[in-house]
Amino acid sequence: MSLKDKSAIVGLGYTDQGKVPGRSALSFYLEASRNAADDAGLSIKGIDGIIIEPCPTDPRISAFGLAQEMGLELKFGADEQVQGASAGAIMQHAAMAVDAGLCDYCLCAFADTSYSSPSAGGVVYQAGGGINAAYGMFGVAASYAMIARRYMHEYGATSRQFGAVSVAFRHHASLNPRAQFRTPITIEDHQESRWVVEPLRLLDCCPVHDGGRAYIVTTPERARHLRQPPVYIMGFGQGHPFSDPLRRKTLTVTGAVQSGKTAFGMAGITPADVDVCAIYDAFSFIVPLQLEDLGFCKKGEGADFVQNGRIMLGGVLPVNTSGGLLSEVYLQGWVGTHEAVAQLRGDCGPRQVPGARIALLTSSGGALSEHATVILRR
Amino acid sequence: MSSKIQKPLPRVDELHRPFWEAARRHELVLQRCRKCASYRYPAGPTCPECVSDELEWTRVSGRGTVFTWTVFHRAYHPAFADEVPYAVVAVELVEGPRMLTNLLDCLPADIKIGMPVEVVFEDVTEEIRLPKFRPVSR
Repeated sequence: MSLKDKSAIVGLGYTDQGKVPGRSALSFYLEASRNAADDAGLSIKGIDGIIIEPCPTDPRISAFGLAQEMGLELKFGADEQVQGASAGAIMQHAAMAVDAGLCDYCLCAFADTSYSSPSAGGVVYQAGGGINAAYGMFGVAASYAMIARRYMHEYGATSRQFGAVSVAFRHHASLNPRAQFRTPITIEDHQESRWVVEPLRLLDCCPVHDGGRAYIVTTPERARHLRQPPVYIMGFGQGHPFSDPLRRKTLTVTGAVQSGKTAFGMAGITPADVDVCAIYDAFSFIVPLQLEDLGFCKKGEGADFVQNGRIMLGGVLPVNTSGGLLSEVYLQGWVGTHEAVAQLRGDCGPRQVPGARIALLTSSGGALSEHATVILRR
Repeated sequence: MSSKIQKPLPRVDELHRPFWEAARRHELVLQRCRKCASYRYPAGPTCPECVSDELEWTRVSGRGTVFTWTVFHRAYHPAFADEVPYAVVAVELVEGPRMLTNLLDCLPADIKIGMPVEVVFEDVTEEIRLPKFRPVSR
């Protein structure tokens, strides 16, 4: 049986985010969890399932440790590590769990303290070692730079075109009180920003941050009795190319091809039916790459597609209306999950997409290594 | 005491020992599957094509082309401070696998995808001769 519309998101939890020194990762998990339950109008004691994405700076924290701190004996739980794709992948696992009756209310949560923790400076995202370090290869951004170079080579995409993504999301962030970077930028600002790892400039890259996020998944029947308008999970899928980009046949086809195909198939819709997107944007150029792999435009036309305000509010396909990872905050895929749900509830104020009924979100891990797509409707 | 800061060195473990022993002779060797004849890199316990564990270290041509590259403008390790901006390059060997490496005798601005290159060994320590590549005319 299809899992289409068999589950709903009923609570969103946010915390202070960005540069939030002096707080433990556990405190972010707990605050986000409480806030998600409050948002849903649900007692935290009603939570009987928890899935967490492990914290990059404190991976000892588990779903079961979190449950213990909230006095909950779980029926279902897991620490689910799908790297940056966890937020979307966990939503899928939670949908299966509530549909199967393994639990009634599945809390899903994440926290990061990469900006302020003792292992700060994004150290966890800079891993380098083995033979690669001998060649001066450090950091995941460099792997993305190598993929960007192939994208430019194979399809003629340019750095200036990537800049349109950063400019659009910064505009959205200027309308979002939660966003960390709210001053509008121009293409010229993008082109003048320093190289991080060529061909990626500073304004092509997300930062690292502190904060927590949580959401709650339950069955449609339960969802209808809670405080918020239910947001139904229409379709979902995953696609996982090899972890090491250099071992893939091609660098310019992402896991979004398979995850999107599975998700659209379950939802029974096409890209033309989608009103708003939350596309994983750790780096600007991966937005056009995923949009083309998801079928919003032809392969190789993504960099053209994102020009001329098409992905801005008011455009044909508003993308990352919160500012995304590039300008709202870097909390991996949990930025997109929350903004997609908020749009479908109509909660986005000046950045609301009028009449948004269907949203698509992606989350992506490693160097475009793991990929999850989820399609939601109100 | 030399003030020169040592670059990070690869760890020579049992799996990789044949690779580094060949490198000391300035030979590039990769694991090749006895069953399906495909090559693999980096080294591992099985052949990802047919999942056979019958792999043998085989000398390869050392020739290939630039597949992609990136340029570092900051040193993330002090030993690279004098080298920025420097390029890290992925070379696709004619045998198939791709290797992360550096190009010698080539400025970052002159690197092009598809340019032919050949292996050359940099003597880093007595134990480690690091395979790097340089452009060749073809």
